[in-house]
Amino acid sequence: MRQALEGSQAIAQAVSRCRPEVVAAYPITPQTHIVENISKLVADGVLDTELVSVESEFSAASVILGAAAAGARAYTASSSQGILLMAEVLFNISGLRIPVVMTCANRAVSAPLSIWNDHADSMAVRDCGWIQLHCLDNQEAVDSTVQAFKIAQDTELPVMVCMDGFVLTHTLEVVDMPEQDLIDRFLPPFKFQRALDPKRPITQGALVSPDFFGEIRHSHHAAMQKSAAVIESVDADWAALTGRRCGGLLTVEGPADAETGVLALGSMCGTLLEAMETLPMDRPVKLIKLRCFRPFPEAALREATAGLRDLIVLDRAVTPGLGGTVGTEVKGTLYGTDPGPRIHTYAVGLGGRDIPLDILPDLVATLDKPVAPFGVFDADLEKLAPEDR
Amino acid sequence: MTDTSNATRLAELRLKHGRPPASPAEPSAPPRDKDLRKSQPRFRGLEAGHRACQGCGEALATRLVMESAGPDVMIANATGCLEVFTTPWPESAWRVPWIHSLFENAAAVAAGMESAMKAKGHRTKVLAFGGDGGTYDIGFQSLSGMLERYHNVLYVCYDNEAYMNTGIQRSSSTPHAASTTTSPSGKARMGKRHLKKDLLSIIAAHHIPYAASASVAYPTDIRRKVRHAMETEGPTFIVIHSPCPLGWGHDGSVTIEVARKAVQCGLFPLVELERGEVCNVMPIRQPQPVSEYLKLQSRFRHLFNDKDPRALEERQHLQALADHNITLFNLRGDQADPMDTAGMDTVRRGGPVH
Repeated sequence: MRQALEGSQAIAQAVSRCRPEVVAAYPITPQTHIVENISKLVADGVLDTELVSVESEFSAASVILGAAAAGARAYTASSSQGILLMAEVLFNISGLRIPVVMTCANRAVSAPLSIWNDHADSMAVRDCGWIQLHCLDNQEAVDSTVQAFKIAQDTELPVMVCMDGFVLTHTLEVVDMPEQDLIDRFLPPFKFQRALDPKRPITQGALVSPDFFGEIRHSHHAAMQKSAAVIESVDADWAALTGRRCGGLLTVEGPADAETGVLALGSMCGTLLEAMETLPMDRPVKLIKLRCFRPFPEAALREATAGLRDLIVLDRAVTPGLGGTVGTEVKGTLYGTDPGPRIHTYAVGLGGRDIPLDILPDLVATLDKPVAPFGVFDADLEKLAPEDR
Repeated sequence: MTDTSNATRLAELRLKHGRPPASPAEPSAPPRDKDLRKSQPRFRGLEAGHRACQGCGEALATRLVMESAGPDVMIANATGCLEVFTTPWPESAWRVPWIHSLFENAAAVAAGMESAMKAKGHRTKVLAFGGDGGTYDIGFQSLSGMLERYHNVLYVCYDNEAYMNTGIQRSSSTPHAASTTTSPSGKARMGKRHLKKDLLSIIAAHHIPYAASASVAYPTDIRRKVRHAMETEGPTFIVIHSPCPLGWGHDGSVTIEVARKAVQCGLFPLVELERGEVCNVMPIRQPQPVSEYLKLQSRFRHLFNDKDPRALEERQHLQALADHNITLFNLRGDQADPMDTAGMDTVRRGGPVH
């Protein structure tokens, strides 16, 4: 049913219809409305779940770990500092290969303190071994949330659904909320082969010596790589059921013969798409919308960038001393492709800085010059003391 | 709680566990109608063959807890010796579902497991195990959260009074003046400068249904307390004093003796609390001098240097702490009691001793 819903409200309803048995969360801006809405659904008797109002994000992640390990479908949501406080548990959840789902309402990481959107939080935990999906709008966030529970169950890997804080979480949009019976058809009840059960006692989380550790890490990596096919097939199944796709691993929009590409993730893609449609461009540009950041879709990226002369990669986070996380990974992936595109890497929209439509022509205008080193594209250095520039 | 209701609850508890009255004014318990030993469980949740050191107090305490807890349990175990010596992959000493996640989240993981059980309508009891590091220190927050949210979890802390797994570093549970690798004794220092954290009082402030301290020297007492906690709906907590021969510096053959002396001198009082109120204590028949306990362990060796005036002073400090416990919990028994420190020891030895 099509409804005008705030992003967080839509996520809460979607989560509720996925019938989680345990939800644990700790409030943090801009994730708060998700937890509040879930709490209200529980209070109103709409959602029958064990809602655990924990004392920290660290415990939120730990509670869903325990719940899923004991065989329950479990969900949490967090953001920014909360994601970082969870970091140790996030690695642990994926290392134990426990299928849970988390919404990351992307927000900048302190200091300086900022409650507004960028991707510093999810990028900081890129190595934690979770599947990471980024959403363009609230419809994608809803659909990806439902898909995430299916992907987690099928791959026995945890899934993080990233949606831009405020830009999506606090924005009212018309969303086609999937009906309960449709979700029930798509998402079978939670089953976990390795669930703790007194009838069949198993030990989880043992101490592993150097004799086995490398093999176990390898199997985690292999499982992540194999999950790419599952992510694509789940999206296809969802499309067959609803007519809506979220964009599998990545999608390419715009003229096929364009020699200029822009790669971005999250709500930035919505801005760029609109710019492509509405602004006059002096050359054709295609958008590569990276939906799945982990596993990193290397083959799909090589295919999507074939024939490009220039590729602009937009990050919404900075790895200080190196550049943008996505930018460096794209460079790594395309290394050795011949002829590969010239790769321009920038960070934009940090700490909630608005990304205007005309950022696209501004970016394209830089292509006539030699490739510039990484920089924060929309930073106004005049605001800084000369020694800080 | 008023004095009257407290006395009533105390009497109820004593009757329930076959404890004779502490004073003639209280009603006496009915006679025992069966041999205690015949009711000993046989279930071994923790199997032999694990890699604990000889004389490990924690390994013994865990076996006793598991015997009493039975098979219908699942365990969240904090990082520590217990986790390491029982599960060197691909081996495991556990015959029950068991999960180790991290150092500081055993209580939160247990809370999640319990929530799952509740969601599924299962009655399997969830236990959380941690050492003193994982309980008094790094896992303290998640423990407090679990107790406050009233999860039906039995948390057992195996207290060996330092970070033994990483090589004997001081914890907030390390007793005053004990020498560890991060609170070594030396010219300028007499071991740990601070006091042992009074965790049980903090647990008491959560007003949970049941909390207790126990000692590996008193197995029947551990069993009784674990059974009581298992029967109790809601969060329960038991801290078990578990000597570490390596960390405390005593022979593996005297673990029980060391643990018993800790109780008998008053430094580790065995108490039970209901809703945060002390409802029972194990009386000490004849309080031993603290030095009898200290001198068995090399972590207190520096307190027996007659040439150092600080040694006597610190021994007196520790004696004062023990005396304070004896007064606070009224540990000095009025008369010989089969359930006091000497009587319970008789049970442990399987017959009367003279």
